[in-house]
Amino acid sequence: MTPSTKIKLNYQSSILWGIALTLVWISQSAWIGLMNPYYLSIIIYAGINIILAVSLNLVNGFTGQFSMGHAGFMSVGGYFSAYITTHYFAQSLDSLSQIQQALIFLGSLLAGGCAAALVGYCVGLPSLRLKGDYLAIVTLGFGEIIRVVVLNLDSVGGARGLPNIPGLCSFGWVYTWVLICTFVIWRIIRSSYGREFLAVREDEIAAEAMGVNTTQVKVKAFVIGAFFAGVAGGLFAHTLRYLNPQTFDFNRSVEIIIMVVLGGMGSITGSILAAIFLTTLRELLRPLQEWTQIDFRMVIYSLLLILMMLLRPQGLMGTREITSFFRNRRGDPR
Amino acid sequence: MIELIQHLINGFSMGSIYALIALGYTMVFGILQLINFAHGDVYMVGAFTGFYAIHFFKLAEHPSWLSLALTLVVAMIGSGCLGWCIERLAYRPLRKSPRINVLITAVGVSLFLEFAGQLFFGADPKFFPQVLSFEGDWSFNELKINPLQVLIFVVSIFLMLALDWMIYRTRLGRAMRATSFNLEYASLMGIPTDQVISLTFVLGSTLAGAAGVLVGLTYPKIDPLMGVLPGLKAFVAAVLGGIGNVRGAVLGALILGLSEEFLVGYGAPTFRDALAFGLLIMILLFKPTGLLGLKRAEKV
Repeated sequence: MTPSTKIKLNYQSSILWGIALTLVWISQSAWIGLMNPYYLSIIIYAGINIILAVSLNLVNGFTGQFSMGHAGFMSVGGYFSAYITTHYFAQSLDSLSQIQQALIFLGSLLAGGCAAALVGYCVGLPSLRLKGDYLAIVTLGFGEIIRVVVLNLDSVGGARGLPNIPGLCSFGWVYTWVLICTFVIWRIIRSSYGREFLAVREDEIAAEAMGVNTTQVKVKAFVIGAFFAGVAGGLFAHTLRYLNPQTFDFNRSVEIIIMVVLGGMGSITGSILAAIFLTTLRELLRPLQEWTQIDFRMVIYSLLLILMMLLRPQGLMGTREITSFFRNRRGDPR
Repeated sequence: MIELIQHLINGFSMGSIYALIALGYTMVFGILQLINFAHGDVYMVGAFTGFYAIHFFKLAEHPSWLSLALTLVVAMIGSGCLGWCIERLAYRPLRKSPRINVLITAVGVSLFLEFAGQLFFGADPKFFPQVLSFEGDWSFNELKINPLQVLIFVVSIFLMLALDWMIYRTRLGRAMRATSFNLEYASLMGIPTDQVISLTFVLGSTLAGAAGVLVGLTYPKIDPLMGVLPGLKAFVAAVLGGIGNVRGAVLGALILGLSEEFLVGYGAPTFRDALAFGLLIMILLFKPTGLLGLKRAEKV
């Protein structure tokens, strides 16, 4: 790819994102309110899952680390932002104007994201020394520790959970963040700066020999991934309006991992598709589950994981993106 | 003082359960550098095999040492077979693929056992019937000892000594050590490494199955998710002792069991489940090789 096409692509993608953002808010104000609330909630959860899957893909797919505690970051962000809106603004919220409410929500989301990023920094630090499997276990452990700590925090309800969170979230909010998240991560990995992430994935020793500060890169990946997971947690909290430590257990992390693995570790498009697919699948399985009283979902998820690894370990998309299909058709080298 | 001894006994009995599970982790990791996530669930299946064996042979009606032995043997065979199947079907086809893929498979197998377990065994906890008849606790003055806890400790020590003997004193054990030292060279020396690996899985799984029955006897409530936390904690114990090192795993497990018990007894019981992971992070930060692990430790 020559420099000129690269600049053109930047320009194109920015415009595309702008158009998508406008479309999101037009549909939010025009017809989303008329939709069946059940379908709307599925679409919103799909959006939250997209944010989670894409941000985890930065860590697991693009940087080649294996984090199993993404739900932990989500819970930090969710609880933090929900605590802010519930404890400081719950009474006065109705008397505020819409813009003020939006600002408060935005602030709480950012605060939640930053809190999660801070925790991500703390998780990233042990990865100074750890590789592969150990890192997986440590992140799993961190996720569990976060859950136990939240369980013991009385100010956020402990085991009873945190009820009465104001329902500030909407379709527009979620998909704005979906766009921000995909845009940021897309631009990161397509920049020369982001090649560091890919280099660490491909060969850590070689990357180090080429002057990449591998530790720093890993920590960066964790921090960025955790930030978006925290934001997703905040969105989730203000959609569901109730948080419980059990919501963010190990199975939740696994669900996000499956999205990343299924879509292809290293493909944003893949993560998006897999997040939509799995969110829909979950709803399709709900009648079956109510009928048999058995949770088939996790059995199917686990079989999916095993079979994927045996038959198609690169996932649906591998490391390709949707754009690479278009570029191939025009005959450009990938 | 009495309280202290009581905590020590509890800690040792829980620690020996962790040790039985940790041995499987450490042996498999020593050979394949793979964290066998499904190991905790093999332990769960062991408990359920024991449960169904007791019902099938109606052992609860004739409580005796023989029934205990029979339950243990059936559970060990059952979980051993499961371990063999897991290795054969899920891990062996991936022997040449990147480690991260194997890790993902391991997570998948673990989840599959947990939730398929809920389909087959039912999600609600089951009551594990008693196959030994003890009348109450043994009491020495103030001190009350639950004989089952002593039993756990004795049986585990016996199994661990048997394993230790096998690894360090038999030809098979030598083959296992050679395979863990270097898989490729071992196969060049004529060791059937695939069979050795299978056998390692079977051995580890039998120990986990025995642990399942012993836990079922003492804390008689079993459910399909019972293996998750003990499994993870046993892994922490294996890392604590130096992963790949058989004796280290036992040491780490006893330390973990005791420290958990003291945390529950004297500190913050609600933080019990976080302790293991806190320990893990500490040990990985300050001594990643574990207590007994050397740079080139003798591994199996």
